[in-house]
Amino acid sequence: MTVVRQSFDQDLESLRQDLVRMGEIVQVAIKEAVDALAKRDKDLAHSVMAGDDVIDRMQVEIEDRCISLIARQQPVATDLRILGTGLKITTDLERIGDHAFDIAKIVLLIGDEPLIKPLVDIPRMAEIVQKMLHDSLQAYLMLDIQLAEQVCRADERVDELYNQVFRELLTYMLEDTKKIKQATQLIFVARYLERIADHSTNVAEWVIYLATGERLRKK
Amino acid sequence: MENKIQVNKLKLYYTEHLALNKVSIDVAKNGVLALIGPSGCGKSTFLKTLNRMNDLIEGVRIEGEVLLDGDNIFHPDVDVVHLRKRVGMVFQRPNPFPMSIYDNIAYGPRIHGLSNKAKLDEIVEQSLTRSALWDEVKDRLKTSAVSMSGGQQQRLCIARLLAVEPEVLLMDEPCSALDPISTMKIEELVSELKKEYTIVMVTHNMQQAARVSDSTAFFLMGEMIEQDKTDTIFTRPRDKRTEDYITGRFG
Repeated sequence: MTVVRQSFDQDLESLRQDLVRMGEIVQVAIKEAVDALAKRDKDLAHSVMAGDDVIDRMQVEIEDRCISLIARQQPVATDLRILGTGLKITTDLERIGDHAFDIAKIVLLIGDEPLIKPLVDIPRMAEIVQKMLHDSLQAYLMLDIQLAEQVCRADERVDELYNQVFRELLTYMLEDTKKIKQATQLIFVARYLERIADHSTNVAEWVIYLATGERLRKK
Repeated sequence: MENKIQVNKLKLYYTEHLALNKVSIDVAKNGVLALIGPSGCGKSTFLKTLNRMNDLIEGVRIEGEVLLDGDNIFHPDVDVVHLRKRVGMVFQRPNPFPMSIYDNIAYGPRIHGLSNKAKLDEIVEQSLTRSALWDEVKDRLKTSAVSMSGGQQQRLCIARLLAVEPEVLLMDEPCSALDPISTMKIEELVSELKKEYTIVMVTHNMQQAARVSDSTAFFLMGEMIEQDKTDTIFTRPRDKRTEDYITGRFG
């Protein structure tokens, strides 16, 4: 009981736990959105879209708590970095959630149309992106700088894949104008995945800042 | 939440000088209310009214009512000694009696007629445990309380208060004479004590109000300007004067 600032420590820890919990929910949303695309499962897509509200509410709740703790506890040093990064990471997670929503929406737009080509690179991107998100959250939980740096490096591979998907789908569009609509939708999916990778990279960069106080220089 | 204390339109005069002007405040049960405001704003006067310490000052005249569990403490039938047992006070400077740690705590129960050694031992241990001091002093209960550090003395004074089983704790800048670590210990203690007691605290340290209280009231020139949840006061106060004060624009 004589441990100094015990209740503040508890508040910070529960904030961290809730941020990780939000991350887990976002991971499920991404996985389900990608599955919905692979299996052309409209019900699953609907459920991903409905779940976005939960993520949005968690973001608001986490932000309110960060602001309240800043106002009331005058945090400095690591305490301040936990709250500052908390505000940033929750925004990145919420954006990732939005992209899960976007991908699910495209599943509905494509509907029952046959695919213009079998999906190869998009599932590959989805796999890397999900691992990046998972690892960035794991790095946050464990304050694992090596893992965070690994996430940052993985982003380059995702950018390459995106460019590859873009070029390939462009050739389909040039060949046959009737394919433009779906090809554009698939390019969007790739674009969303690429953005998710960027946000996961942001999370990883905030982990490095949280652990060391150092900012990773942007490419 | 249930109110432990309800103050309605309290006016207090020091002879002709109006020190409190129509102050109305609710104190939630098992909550911590912080009173903030610049020197001379009336917050300490207000605090002392809650257990009628102002009765001792000549020329004080009071209007309005202070309800403790619904009963007006200014009613002629109220036994002031009993009231001060229910509503105890901790002061700015720790004021241990020049006697042993044990006797400091046992003092209150003894004057209330308790002499059973085993029962007194139990009260001493329980009070010191609740004030987060037991582990530090259990091996030297017979040594003089005056030899303790300032922070320990203040926790001793809190323990002495708890020994008579109060319901409300009034704290008048309880940390102003303490170093930062002792201050944090008292603050931690306050968060612990509110589970069982209702606490009203005057503080000059705004950060302290922000950290420990559930509700905050801002006083200015004898008036209560704004009372709200502490979260609200420190993130979006309604009154410009409150904002100016808590952001250090004046005061």
